Amino acid sequence: MGRKHTVIIGNGIAGITTARHLRKHSDQRITVISAEAPYFFSRTALMYVYLGHMKFEHIKPYEDWFWEKNDIELLHDYITDIDTQEKILKREKGESIAYDQLVLATGSQTKYYDWPGQDLKGVQGLVTYQDLQNLEAFTPKPGEKNHRVQKAVIVGGGLIGIELAEMLMYRNIEVTMLVRENHFWGNILTENESNLIMAHARAHGLKFQTQADLKTINGDDQGNVESVTLADGDTLPCQLVGITTGVKPNTGTIKGTDIEMNNGIMVNEYLETNIPDVYAAGDCVELRNPSSSRRAIEPVWYTGRMMGEVLGRTLSGKRSAYKPGPWFNSAKFFDIEYQTYGVVNAAPDVEQVHWFWKKEGENKFVTVAYHPDTLEFQGINGFGVRLLHAYFDRALTMKMKVSEVIGHMSQANFDTEFYGKWPREFKLAFTRDTGIAIEKKSRFNQLFSR
Amino acid sequence: MKQKHLKVLGATLAVIAVLVFAGLTFYGNSDLTQSSLEQTVDAKHQPLIDRLQALPEAPPAEMAGRVDEEIDTYNSGIIAQQGISDDYLEKVLSKLNGDPSTYNEAFVADYFSADPDIQKRVTESTSWMYGREWESFDEFREQFHQKTDEINRSIVEDNGIGDQRREQFRQEVMENGAPGWLKDGLWAWLIFGTATLGGLLFMIPGVKKHPGIKNDGIYHGKMQNRKWPAIILFAFLIGFYIVLYEFPQYFVNQIVLLEPLSQKMAGVASGRWFMYGFLYTLVMSIFGAKMMIKYRGNAYQQVRTVSVVFFQVVFAFTLPQILTLLQKPSYDIKSIWPLEYSFFFDYRVDQMLEAGTFGLYLLFWGIALALIAVPVLTYIFGKRWYCSWVCGCGGLAETAGDPFRHLSDKSLGAWKIERWMVHSVLVFAVLMTAATVYTTITGESQVLGINSYDVRSTYGFFIGFIFAGAVGTGFYPVMGNRVWCRFGCPLAAYIGLVQRFKSRFRITTNGGQCISCGNCSTYCEMGIDVRWYAQRGQNIVRASCVGCGICAAVCPRGVLKLENRDEKGRVNDNPILIGREGVSLNL
Repeated sequence: MGRKHTVIIGNGIAGITTARHLRKHSDQRITVISAEAPYFFSRTALMYVYLGHMKFEHIKPYEDWFWEKNDIELLHDYITDIDTQEKILKREKGESIAYDQLVLATGSQTKYYDWPGQDLKGVQGLVTYQDLQNLEAFTPKPGEKNHRVQKAVIVGGGLIGIELAEMLMYRNIEVTMLVRENHFWGNILTENESNLIMAHARAHGLKFQTQADLKTINGDDQGNVESVTLADGDTLPCQLVGITTGVKPNTGTIKGTDIEMNNGIMVNEYLETNIPDVYAAGDCVELRNPSSSRRAIEPVWYTGRMMGEVLGRTLSGKRSAYKPGPWFNSAKFFDIEYQTYGVVNAAPDVEQVHWFWKKEGENKFVTVAYHPDTLEFQGINGFGVRLLHAYFDRALTMKMKVSEVIGHMSQANFDTEFYGKWPREFKLAFTRDTGIAIEKKSRFNQLFSR
Repeated sequence: MKQKHLKVLGATLAVIAVLVFAGLTFYGNSDLTQSSLEQTVDAKHQPLIDRLQALPEAPPAEMAGRVDEEIDTYNSGIIAQQGISDDYLEKVLSKLNGDPSTYNEAFVADYFSADPDIQKRVTESTSWMYGREWESFDEFREQFHQKTDEINRSIVEDNGIGDQRREQFRQEVMENGAPGWLKDGLWAWLIFGTATLGGLLFMIPGVKKHPGIKNDGIYHGKMQNRKWPAIILFAFLIGFYIVLYEFPQYFVNQIVLLEPLSQKMAGVASGRWFMYGFLYTLVMSIFGAKMMIKYRGNAYQQVRTVSVVFFQVVFAFTLPQILTLLQKPSYDIKSIWPLEYSFFFDYRVDQMLEAGTFGLYLLFWGIALALIAVPVLTYIFGKRWYCSWVCGCGGLAETAGDPFRHLSDKSLGAWKIERWMVHSVLVFAVLMTAATVYTTITGESQVLGINSYDVRSTYGFFIGFIFAGAVGTGFYPVMGNRVWCRFGCPLAAYIGLVQRFKSRFRITTNGGQCISCGNCSTYCEMGIDVRWYAQRGQNIVRASCVGCGICAAVCPRGVLKLENRDEKGRVNDNPILIGREGVSLNL
């Protein structure tokens, strides 16, 4: 008997974090298989390669020697079939592999809504390395003139959408973004926030078409995109259509196996599937029983990483449950950084009040959410300001009152030095607007003394 | 499109100014016929002055060679007249009839007494050879030739233009002969004015952009990506430093451009180091303005830029001129040993000791900076108080070098080389200084069998000129803007040790927000793999970090922050990423 063999399909953040943590806890044989790229790279950084901030080699978080040194085998291949009875994986290029434990970390893929014409040349999302390569091949080089791709339409207003818009505009492509709601990322951002982001994006040259529903994508004789038609009959000429209406679990290889799936691969809180010794982590996962403030499918970097941390431990024999804390996320809209902690709904309701604050003349604004009766702090969206994760994580876990959280705001500030003393103005405005007196309690000072 | 034209126009003007400036070496005739060499050169060299003044006018590139030839001819003439010629020597040696043991005092008196000076020199140099037994006559002859060569050289030192004076003499002659029209200030205004105007026009379009990180296309261009324009710039910079240090005679026209400014500021003639200081300050100021525009929206970058430019303009450039004007010992008083490696050299210590109270104050100041200010300020603020806020080398790197910051090597291998190299230079600097101080105090030039002056000049050549100058700046376009600071600066090594082991400074990370994108590592000029720490939630506490703050600026998710705080918890080797319940290891 050799060492126990754990095989991980997918070398994204979930698969790689699993491998690294498993290695730290045990000396099992570990193999990571990916068809996408030979080495782990930061998916969220693909845009920076296209923008010329970095080369592809820079978005690899570990040098290539790292894997051999840590005894993690990497295979650049595609798994065509999973036999969970015999515990054997069939590969496209190499010989089949036997496993003792299997981890599915296959990530997600662009979600299409069966639009007529969605298979035309020039229709694509931005999720994989291949998407980036396709985009690079299809669009003009920086500064290139008279390229056939002059106009693009982006379907879906969200994080990937606005990143794709920034990318294409750098290549001098005129971009129109179709937004189904009244405003950008309307199911997440509040109206105030969204309008400010849209104004900022417009200042950068992005065009929005709100309440716009894509009906068909139209092609020319060669099968290239020529235009899109909207539900209201409007036709927009374009040579590229970016699909950024969201992602769905990438489960192509799993279909046809006895592994249970719904929208994603079904797992319990230990990230175990219905089949013994088969686990799943990251974007491809659908939790059977998500905690109240979290969703069953969370296709974000951080969730993949945290699941990997836990799963690495479980695979080593120390069975551990995945228990996410308060929700957090971040993004960047052109020049405006965005961080969120806790739950800030797109619109206030009977369970949630919003207080919005904006620094005069600057792109710095914040929405604070709290319960109207108990005044319990529920969450915060920060734009153009940097907020300390540890501060809000504790405030949310300890169910602090909004008055206390605001009262100690200066300790939550993570802005670079000399950035200005906005938290003071912020505190005064809070009391002025809401009538709630801020509180300072010593327990905060102890907790967050920085 | 208008903005693009402005950029092209600006770049063109700047390039023209640089080419005209460099071209002065081949243009702007040097004319010695009208020169007033009589005033500066010893009257005994009148024959040489006559010959120099008879030279036809020519550009410096040619004239320098001719002046050298004239000096050679003049020196040969002196040897022929006053020294020992080879013919005479052979004749004399033949008188020994193949028996070198008969060489003695009487022999010297017989054959070298015609000139008492020669007799004295020969006696001094060869008395040890009297009556000795030799393996062969050829061995004796070889020795004797060597000695007469030395005698001839010392005659040239005393009566001609010897090696020790030659460089300075040539420089004086050349600067004297530089065309007068270059010295009246008009051309200085034209050349440096055009360069400045070009630089400003080039950066105007940046003002119209939104404040934010401007790294679009850095890896798509040629100049910032080690392509041909970068290689040309690289060769140009290396060439500039070689000429500046080793062949300053080719820069006389450029030097005299600044004659009026030097006279006004320091009351003395312009020299190559004045010119270099002026260029350095001008380049830093122009690129400092570019930094101010590029980093609108990031106050830390702007304040820091104002600071380095201020210290360059006031402390590095202006103050030393004023001290010269006041006839005080003058140097850049914010430059700290061991970066200011000549601080403890005998001539500098003597100069300070001779300058009374003020000199003593300077001496005290220099020692206090190195021994008190460095540890104390580094404890409070970290290495950045000097390296990215005050230092001139750092200042140029942070302004003119900023466009090349991403070219530094981030690999673990590079870090290993860096640690060995920079600390070796520190050890070298300390030993060199110790030897020099020993010599200054005891008057003994041999230290443990090594000549301390040789150690000094070796350090000056390899570290001062090649590493700090040519490599330090010339390598900007190929290895990034902090090659010197990272691999070579002994002061950075010293401050780095303090920062690593006893400081309040660290870069903190923001919980679990890192997405491992790599912007921080890519744009770290010191080649620190910032992401390695950020993605595991670990504070960045590294000896090399100069605290430029760019990692925090380019981070798209607000993860990094430079902080000075309580030492407690500064080094967290087992960090925890926030975001879920339960503790886990971070790799």
